[in-house]
Amino acid sequence: MTTKPEMTAADIAKAVAGGKMSALDATEAALARIKQHDGVLNSFTDVTAERARAKARAVDADIAAGKEIGPLAGVPFAVKNLFDVAGLPTRAGSKINRDLAPAKRDATLIERMEAAGAVLVGALNMGEYAYDFTGENVHDGPSRNPHDTTRMTGGSSGGSGSAVGGALVPIALGSDTNGSIRVPSSFCGIFGLKPTYGRLSRARSFPFVASLDHLGPFARSATDLALAYDVMQGGDADDAACTTRGLEPTLPLLANPVSDLRIAIAGGHFQKNLFPEAVEAVSRVAKALGATKIVDVPEASRARAAAYVITTTEGASLHLDRLRKRPNDFDPAVRDRLIAGAMVPAPLVDRAQKFRRWYRVQLAEIFKSVDVLIAPATPCTAPKLGQVNFTLDGVELPVRANIGIHTQPISFIGLPVVAVPVPLEPLPIGVQIIAAPWREDIALRVAYALEKMGVVSAPSPRGL
Amino acid sequence: MAEPLDNYIDAVSKALALPVEEAWRPAVRANLEVSLRLGRLVDEFALPDETEPAPIFTV
Repeated sequence: MTTKPEMTAADIAKAVAGGKMSALDATEAALARIKQHDGVLNSFTDVTAERARAKARAVDADIAAGKEIGPLAGVPFAVKNLFDVAGLPTRAGSKINRDLAPAKRDATLIERMEAAGAVLVGALNMGEYAYDFTGENVHDGPSRNPHDTTRMTGGSSGGSGSAVGGALVPIALGSDTNGSIRVPSSFCGIFGLKPTYGRLSRARSFPFVASLDHLGPFARSATDLALAYDVMQGGDADDAACTTRGLEPTLPLLANPVSDLRIAIAGGHFQKNLFPEAVEAVSRVAKALGATKIVDVPEASRARAAAYVITTTEGASLHLDRLRKRPNDFDPAVRDRLIAGAMVPAPLVDRAQKFRRWYRVQLAEIFKSVDVLIAPATPCTAPKLGQVNFTLDGVELPVRANIGIHTQPISFIGLPVVAVPVPLEPLPIGVQIIAAPWREDIALRVAYALEKMGVVSAPSPRGL
Repeated sequence: MAEPLDNYIDAVSKALALPVEEAWRPAVRANLEVSLRLGRLVDEFALPDETEPAPIFTV
């Protein structure tokens, strides 16, 4: 059996487990596709080919020996380059971090993916230090959108979006502080899961904003998201924010009907500042799910403002010493944002964190009468690389700062979200399926149902 | 002519030993203006004195 570029992780794992394909063949196919297309997409910064081949041979040896194999046996995957990969310096999209010693141990989530049989094939491009919504990087060049290579992938997990959207790998891992999984998922036309804050370990990944950072998977189907998410769950003493809740597998629940769910459309802030394609995408998803009720999310614009303040100040604190010692080695735009962040008066940060408590209570109240909220993932489809401004509701606004206006009020209080791709022409766009804390199963279930209805899907890469 | 925030930028730059070269100043100032504008939006929202901060969202 030969591999096809758009085979899902579930297809590959099934073929490998069934002896129809070797893990090495699946790995070689991914490496060949990376070689063929990544010169254009620029999604990878490191290809760990020899490590991948060794892992794949080990999986094949286990199968030959009749040993039990994991649910992702032979599935190639890649990680945003802020994950520690043993033997590589964890660059986190920066020039400065390339001077770090190579990591001695993989990030927890890589260890868990490989324990399930998955095969790491490399590290992925990203916006510098994750302070980015575009996927552009002055040091490594921009990752490029697989549907139109003159356009942005979105960021900061731009390489993750490009690699999965371009079908170089079926699964990638990324991080999301304010939207960095959901934005590239939207622009690149793929599925992305930002789990509940604290659900997946962040151990041995380079941080950005400790109180907002999440890690999660990208994939070309809801099933693959669930597969990856389930094997990555579990407590971790190496991440102080990681939950001690027991495992809550989602895959067995994925095909359960959604007819019993109370699904509403997020109103107010989430129905403003939208291009027609974003309105169309939300409308298609709502119609398919029979959702007509609109629920106002109170003070969502203020929540976005508070997330912005916390991000810029915590980010500045993280990088303060690097800003003093190596300011000219930053992307100038990132440096200037971080310096400004260091100058925000402390009472505003404290008030932002207190507002966060208030806002969290409001959302908890909403989720007493609703199981799912539907909201746009981005205001628009992928802008052109280098595009500085766009016009929203008659007002010219900077692209970079406004791409995440609909994602920030959600991650601000750590709610789980699946970004689902609506395959509009000429470019796809995402919709957020938002659930109550710890109910990733519900968000994934809705994503799966939409996929089965044919309303959402990861389109074939149109730009390759 | 100095912009209104320039004295503040100079003072914090000195207090934190954080370099701000003249060429960077307009961008730093523009970013700070955005942060302060959004910070004011948060500041304007009345909260009870007893409100606890929520630096980490857990249930």
